[in-house]
Amino acid sequence: MCGTDDGAADDGGRGRGRDHGRGRDHGRGRSEDHQENQEARFSELLEDSAEDLYEHAPCGYLSTLLDGRIAKINTTLLDWLGYERDALVGRKRFSDLLTVGGRLYHETHFAPLLRMQGEINGIALELKTADGTRLPVMVTSTVKTGGDGQALLIRTTIFDARDRRAYENELLRARQEADRERDRLKVLNTTLQKTLLPPTLANVPGLDVAAHYHIASADEVGGDFYDLFPLAAGTWGMFLGDVCGKGAAAAAVTSLARYTLRAAAVYSPAPDAVLANLNTVLNHEYNGTDPRFCTVIFGLLTPDPDQGGFHITLASGGHPPAMVMRHDGTADSLPTPGGQLIGILPNANIATTTVHLAPGDTLLLHTDGLTEAHTAAGPDGRYSDEALLDLGRALAPTTATDAITAIRDLLDTLGNGVDDDTAVLAVHVPRTTSEEQQ
Amino acid sequence: MDVRSRNHVTVTGRTGAPAVMLAHGFGCDQNMWRLVVPELERDFTVVLFDHVGAGNSELTAWSRDRYASLDGYVDDVLELCRELDLGPITFVGHSVSAMMGVLAAARRPEAFAGLVLLAPSPCFVDDPATGYRGGFSAEDIDELLESLDANYLGWSGAMAPVIMGNPDRPELGEELTNSFCRTDPEIARVFARVTFLSDNRADLAAVTVPTLVAQCSHDAIAPPEVGAFVHAQIPGSRLVTLNATGHCPQLAAPEETAAAIAAFAGASG
Repeated sequence: MCGTDDGAADDGGRGRGRDHGRGRDHGRGRSEDHQENQEARFSELLEDSAEDLYEHAPCGYLSTLLDGRIAKINTTLLDWLGYERDALVGRKRFSDLLTVGGRLYHETHFAPLLRMQGEINGIALELKTADGTRLPVMVTSTVKTGGDGQALLIRTTIFDARDRRAYENELLRARQEADRERDRLKVLNTTLQKTLLPPTLANVPGLDVAAHYHIASADEVGGDFYDLFPLAAGTWGMFLGDVCGKGAAAAAVTSLARYTLRAAAVYSPAPDAVLANLNTVLNHEYNGTDPRFCTVIFGLLTPDPDQGGFHITLASGGHPPAMVMRHDGTADSLPTPGGQLIGILPNANIATTTVHLAPGDTLLLHTDGLTEAHTAAGPDGRYSDEALLDLGRALAPTTATDAITAIRDLLDTLGNGVDDDTAVLAVHVPRTTSEEQQ
Repeated sequence: MDVRSRNHVTVTGRTGAPAVMLAHGFGCDQNMWRLVVPELERDFTVVLFDHVGAGNSELTAWSRDRYASLDGYVDDVLELCRELDLGPITFVGHSVSAMMGVLAAARRPEAFAGLVLLAPSPCFVDDPATGYRGGFSAEDIDELLESLDANYLGWSGAMAPVIMGNPDRPELGEELTNSFCRTDPEIARVFARVTFLSDNRADLAAVTVPTLVAQCSHDAIAPPEVGAFVHAQIPGSRLVTLNATGHCPQLAAPEETAAAIAAFAGASG
């Protein structure tokens, strides 16, 4: 821009102005005349413009030698800085005009980049004026090269950035504040999530149990939950569910559902009764303007003294079916058709099914975060129930720990495709040594 | 972790010749050396690398703990020496990397044929108690951190520096656009603190390998008296003042800088 340092400013503008002034032709139309008039007026305005534009441009112009020494500076910049021309030209370097911190930035970033690239754009710096005040500026520099490509000098334009810097500082502060808040929120969410899950699963004699909770995003608390706990007379309760929605409101429902299920199972352990009680509690609690509901599968585990293993009764309220992976290498899902969402109707239909978990068998409960995960490989771009069943068939026979490990690997593979939280819970009856020998 | 990819190591030049390792300073990456490399690769094996956090290094290898002091960087340099196994090398450290060389050579002198300390400063902050003048106050360093922040929005957003033609080495264009002088603001802040707040004056006397102190004639970051101090503290060191001005002689005067390195490395390597 500031191209007059090497005497390049010609008087072309002036010359053209005079030519147009003389070249009137009265024989032509009105609009052409008008255009000529206008051009002539513009030319007069532009009279002697190059030097004046350089000196009094609305931005600072500075030309420096390659070592930074100031060779030429315009009046605008001198006025901003409060220096006489003689105090700077040939005496000071560009970096001398900067604050000390700006000088460090200049030497470590600005100057190397300019050398490498031949130009550098829109860098925020602060100039030190003669009276010691600071002037925030935006600086753009280009290297002027000679015909042989040799660098000759550096041309710099400087814009007053006081208003802009104040605005940017606000942005920066807001961004830093937002960064801090997001970090705080993540910690809070992760902590809250943990409180909604059992710290450890109960140790059930004769049963290998494992679970995993996958947090899709630390920005929001998810609504999946599970538990495994002792009931009376050597029986055990287990559940896994998914509250519709996310965030603090969903977390409150999750908490309520968890404790209601635990208490209801003590009062009346039949799985359909447990879910019916949960339905009543949620339905009463959220019958107003903010309906909250969940899908949940509840299991009652009773040791089977005759056949070995466990007898399991499962009740489901609108939840994806459990899957059993057997010791003989087969796998099946355990459908519970007709089960309805819990909490939405005063009397939800609860569907039940039973399964015998023989030694070597594994039962897997999951939430739909897994089967609804986005993947290009699946039908409709989702992972799907069928794919999970195929995985179960490939895994069987397996153990609780191995099944959960396989699901974790699967979640890793699906990566960002898992956009909802996912909970999985597996129980497995280990075979005794004598059974294995058979 | 593979230290070669961690530090994006480039080995060029003459195989079997004495090795020169070029270490960039705070702000940019190994591209800082691109003008001196052609001068050196005729007679030396030239090793270039990016400090972890800079350029094309593996950013996942960066941790606040490891790189909160120069020691993490010194560990990296020594690991590189071991991994590359090129025999005793001449280590050329620019700016803050000069002190990494000092610390590394004090720890394992047998790994180094010599040190070239290019525009070094053992301590940037003035120390009135001893009369040492590093050129800066603690407030100045805070101001630099503000300058980094002021350009944070730009660096992290729209400003991808446009590279002018590199007719000699067009392959540099793309690489430079993506990496050169662009650092994660978080990492830059930590490295700036390490660079400008470290005090290694007491470590200079422990250097026993041949050392060349090369300072610039007008350097706003490492003034002449600082170079003289380094020279006085390192027993048997030589001091040269380059005609180059500024803090980056390898860019401002690559031929002169390369000649100084070559003369020293040729004699000691």
